[in-house]
Amino acid sequence: MARIELVNLAHSYKAHPTSPSDYALLPMTMTWDDGGAYALLGPSGCGKTTLLNIISGLVIPSEGQVLFDGKDVTRLPTEARNIAQVFQFPVIYDTMTVRENLAFPLKNRGWKTADITKRVDQIAEILELTSDLKHRASGLTADAKQKISLGRGLVRPDVAAVLFDEPLTVIDPHLKWLLRRKLKEIHHELKLSLIYVTHDQVEALTFADQVVVMTQGEVVQVGSAQVLFEEPEHTFVGYFIGNPGMNLLPCSVSQNKVRINGLETSLSVPENFLHAVNNGSANNVIKLGIRPEFVECHATSIANSLPAQLSMVRNMGTHWLASCQLGEHKVAAKLRHEPGKVGSPIWLSFSSERTLFYVNDKRVR
Amino acid sequence: MKTYNNKAWWLIFPVILSVAFSAIMPLMTVVNYSVQDILGPDQAVFVGMEWFRAVMRDSDLHGALFRQLIFSIAVLVIQIPLGIGVALTMPAQGWRASLSLVLVALPLLIPWNVVGTIWQIFARGDIGLLGNTINNVGISYNYTGDSFDAWITVLVMDIWHWTPLVVLLCYAGLRAIPDAYYQAARIDGASRFAVFRFIQLPKLRNVLMIAVLLRFMDSFMIYTEPFVLTGGGPGNATTFLSQYLTQKAVGQFDLGPAAAFSLIYFLIILLFSFILYNWMQRVGTGDQA
Repeated sequence: MARIELVNLAHSYKAHPTSPSDYALLPMTMTWDDGGAYALLGPSGCGKTTLLNIISGLVIPSEGQVLFDGKDVTRLPTEARNIAQVFQFPVIYDTMTVRENLAFPLKNRGWKTADITKRVDQIAEILELTSDLKHRASGLTADAKQKISLGRGLVRPDVAAVLFDEPLTVIDPHLKWLLRRKLKEIHHELKLSLIYVTHDQVEALTFADQVVVMTQGEVVQVGSAQVLFEEPEHTFVGYFIGNPGMNLLPCSVSQNKVRINGLETSLSVPENFLHAVNNGSANNVIKLGIRPEFVECHATSIANSLPAQLSMVRNMGTHWLASCQLGEHKVAAKLRHEPGKVGSPIWLSFSSERTLFYVNDKRVR
Repeated sequence: MKTYNNKAWWLIFPVILSVAFSAIMPLMTVVNYSVQDILGPDQAVFVGMEWFRAVMRDSDLHGALFRQLIFSIAVLVIQIPLGIGVALTMPAQGWRASLSLVLVALPLLIPWNVVGTIWQIFARGDIGLLGNTINNVGISYNYTGDSFDAWITVLVMDIWHWTPLVVLLCYAGLRAIPDAYYQAARIDGASRFAVFRFIQLPKLRNVLMIAVLLRFMDSFMIYTEPFVLTGGGPGNATTFLSQYLTQKAVGQFDLGPAAAFSLIYFLIILLFSFILYNWMQRVGTGDQA
């Protein structure tokens, strides 16, 4: 059990980093509360595995500190950190039985045989591995193997946090769900801190209380599923979370009105945004964002609507997905009813509460 | 009613033809020789199992077989652990890895009779660097006169020549182990020995099986190097099976006994390889009940 703090943490695999692109992990300061379930979400190569390996001690960061309960462990080796890690592919010791696999970390720490047996039985019970204890681990299915890797972490009673590095990648879809539920159960039962790395937003949002969204070595937002969905602080979060992602439309501002494609809208604009646009550099990229779920479509022109054309309509079973051509931009909309035929005109309206504004990819309120 | 299309036989005909010429016909020729006494051109008498009986009772052959077994066992016992050990100490990446790979592989590139010649000179007591040095430290060493010295020299030469093969196989096997295994072992607090015992060795099982089989078969058939180095001497000290066979077939032109022995030789290698293979298949995989 421990609170994990990252202070001005940054990492580069190069010896003398000069530009931000040399960094695998850009400077960050963050606190992970004891007993929390966190997910690290981001596309492949965004630095999430690097961050995980820094926490577990497999990688020593080039800058900054890692604190466990206020104690500096930055340079402490993995085995001294009370961290358990589950990898993308199940790591098991082929020649050992399931029991020997689970006992291995305790044996290495010099436990007595009787204590080991008791503890292993206990953990096997939680993981539903009791019937397999006598079997050789190499003969089991991928999900059972992954449970063993997890079990080797859980047997140590002093474990502060369990780190997961995309642990469900090689698991069958129908077992994924079971295993994920098992994880939540264990989290609930043992009150451990869990940090879960994934590039799958569904996995992240269903598993974690707090999701840390990363891209290109940078943490762009930390928040619950709802916050990430409703109030993305960065265009990347808007685009990455949700299916389809947020509509991000380049826009301009004149006379305190937002214009899309030169068409004036009645959206109310935050003061800060006007200020940033009017006083900022001409090279600033200015966008507005709206979730497909909040785009309203009308068959006829109504007040404050923008004319567009339906370019694609698809029945998704529970809803309709429409793609509308608004000038040179595409706008996706999730609708409850069929919006019309492909090629027919349609009018779109965006509500002010649901429309967010971004300058250079960062949200401005 | 089934329709048979016998044209398909033509598809496997090329294979049958090439296997017939490369394996079946030569082998059957040997079988043919082994049951006949060839007195001269077009003069052959069928003698049945006669040659097999004679060969089995030949005490020279017993000696050669015994020497051969001891030699092959020594080769395996020394080369396999040594190969694993060297592979474990080799760097995993960078220019050092390339350099050490090239250095290790060098002996494998040298033709067998050249290896024999190199060692013949290298180990000479009067002018050879190795032989002369050993004599100068006060140990009497003479591979042309002393049976034990000769036997050891052949063994050391084989170790120098063929351990690199084991090293390369193990090195490839080690590089194929994903990093996650080592990381998991660190998290589990495993010692260096535990990492070797529970991760590296089990993961090397398949390459080691290949290494053991190759080294067994090759060492059991060793011919060129001892032939060049010692000519089988002194006495019979380094006369191994294939050299004994050559003496019989080419030296004395006893085609019948030589053929009979060839077949026995072939069966011995097959039998031992089979036993080794099955043993290695099983070791470390049995379920504990």
